[in-house]
Amino acid sequence: MSDALLSVEGLEAGYGEVQVLWGLSLKARRGQLTAIVGANGAGKTTTLRAIAGTLTPWGGRVMFGDEDVTRLPSHVKAGRGLALVPEGRQLFSAMSVAENLELGAFSPHSSRSYAERLNQVFGLFPRLAERQRQRAGTLSGGEQQMVAIARGLMSDPEILIIDELSLGLAPVVVYQLLATLKQLKQAGLTILLVEQNVHLALALSDYAYVIAEGRIFTEGQPAELAAKPEIRRAYLGL
Amino acid sequence: MTAMLELDRVTKRFGGLLAVNNLSFVMQPGEILGLIGPNGAGKSTLFNLINGVFVPNSGRIVFNGIDITGEKPFLVAHHGLARTHQIVQPLTNMTVLENCTVGACFGREDLPLHRATEAARRAAALVGLDDRLHMLALHLTIAGKKRLELARALAAQPKLLLLDEVLAGLNPTEVEHMIGVIRRIRDSGVTILIIEHLMQAIMSLSDRIVVLNYGEKLAEGLPADVARDPQVIEAYLGDPKLAMQLESKDGGASHGNAANV
Repeated sequence: MSDALLSVEGLEAGYGEVQVLWGLSLKARRGQLTAIVGANGAGKTTTLRAIAGTLTPWGGRVMFGDEDVTRLPSHVKAGRGLALVPEGRQLFSAMSVAENLELGAFSPHSSRSYAERLNQVFGLFPRLAERQRQRAGTLSGGEQQMVAIARGLMSDPEILIIDELSLGLAPVVVYQLLATLKQLKQAGLTILLVEQNVHLALALSDYAYVIAEGRIFTEGQPAELAAKPEIRRAYLGL
Repeated sequence: MTAMLELDRVTKRFGGLLAVNNLSFVMQPGEILGLIGPNGAGKSTLFNLINGVFVPNSGRIVFNGIDITGEKPFLVAHHGLARTHQIVQPLTNMTVLENCTVGACFGREDLPLHRATEAARRAAALVGLDDRLHMLALHLTIAGKKRLELARALAAQPKLLLLDEVLAGLNPTEVEHMIGVIRRIRDSGVTILIIEHLMQAIMSLSDRIVVLNYGEKLAEGLPADVARDPQVIEAYLGDPKLAMQLESKDGGASHGNAANV
C-alpha cells in the first residue's frame, strides 16, 4: 500500500472549449492534510471537481488507493469514500439540517450505522445538534459551512476534500472549523483542502501545492514554501 | 501631449454594490497598461464603463481629448476605441473575413465596403488568420476564436485597444504567439489596456500596472514595484494576521508557517 491515498497524474480538464488544467499532478498522503493554494482562475476548484467527478477530466488519471477512478461519476466516488465539500456550501437550503445530513449518508462502503455517524458529527459540531430541525438556508455562514463539512463526513469518507474553507467567514468561525479539521486528522482522516488564504493554508497543512495557470507551480513542506519567493511569483508573476 | 485615456474619479454602483469606486488613472499614447486584481475587483466592469456599455454614476472618462462619459458604445468605437470580450463573441455564421469586415465598417472611419475588406484582411494577417479567411467563425478552435476576437477589434483601426483576457484558455505555444501579436500591435502605434489572469504574461507585456481591489485602485506603478507592494501581496495571498492569531490561539493546530513574501 502506497502512502498516497489519492494521486492525480497529468490531469487535464476544462469547460466547453476552454482548457483550465494542463497536466497537473498531486498526491494526498494518508492521514495528512494537503493544501492547494493559488490565485483566482488558477484551476483550484476545477482540480477538485475533476477529482470528485463533478467534472469529467479530459485527460490524465485519478487514482484512489490502487484503483483508477478517473471516469467514475461523482456519486460512485462518494460511495467509495471520496467526499467533496463544495465551494459555497451548496446545501439544500429549504431542507432541515438533519435532512441535509441524511442526504450525505448514502454510502454503501460505510461499516458504521447511520446513528453512529450522526453522533460523530453532532459531537464535532454540537451547534448542529441544537439546530437539526432548522432550515439550512436560515443558518449563519459559519453554521452552513459546518453542515457542509458534516454532510461530507456522513458518508464516512476516507478522504474529505474541502473547497474554500474560510471564504466569507468570520475569523472566530474559521478557528473553530480549523480545530475540527485537526481533530478529524488526528482520528486518521485524510484531508485535501483548497484555501484562499495562503498563510492559513501553510500554517495548517502537512504538505502544500501552489497552482498557477492550471499547473503545479511549486510544492513542498509548508515551512520550505513559506521561505521561498515562488509563492509570490505564482500569484503575481514576478 | 494629450493623454490617450483619462479616468477621473469614476464610480459605478449596481444597487448596493460599489463595483468601481472613485477610480482615476491616465494612459499615455503607445503605452501598454495592465489591469490586474482578484476576481470581482471590477476589471471587466471598468472595460464596460470605458467603451460605453455601462454609464458611470459619477466621474469623467476622456478619450484622446474627447469627453466620452456616457456615450453609446458605437460612438465610442467611432472615436477609435475598440475592445475584445472575455467570452469570445464571434458572429458564428459569418466567415473570418466577414467578421473582421464588420469590425472595420463600424470602426474609426466610415470605410466603404471594399476598403473595409482590405482593413479586415490586414487585421486577419496580423493575428495569423490569413489562411482561414473564408472559414466560418464557428469552425475555428478556441485559439482561433481568440485571434478572431482580436482581429475584429483591430480591423476597426483603433487608437486604443481594450483586451479582456485574450490569453485565457490558450496553450503555452498559443500564448507565446499571442504575446508576439500584442507586441506587434503596440509597435504599430496602438495604445493597449489589458486585463489578464496569466500573471507572467501580463507582467512582462505591460509598461505599467494598475491593481484593482473591491473596485478601488490599490496600487499603480512598474510591474516589479507592484509585485513587491505589501498591500498587493495581501490582496492576493490573504491576510497574514489570521494565521498569526491561529498560532497564538492554538500552537498545536499550526506549524507556524506564515508565508514570508
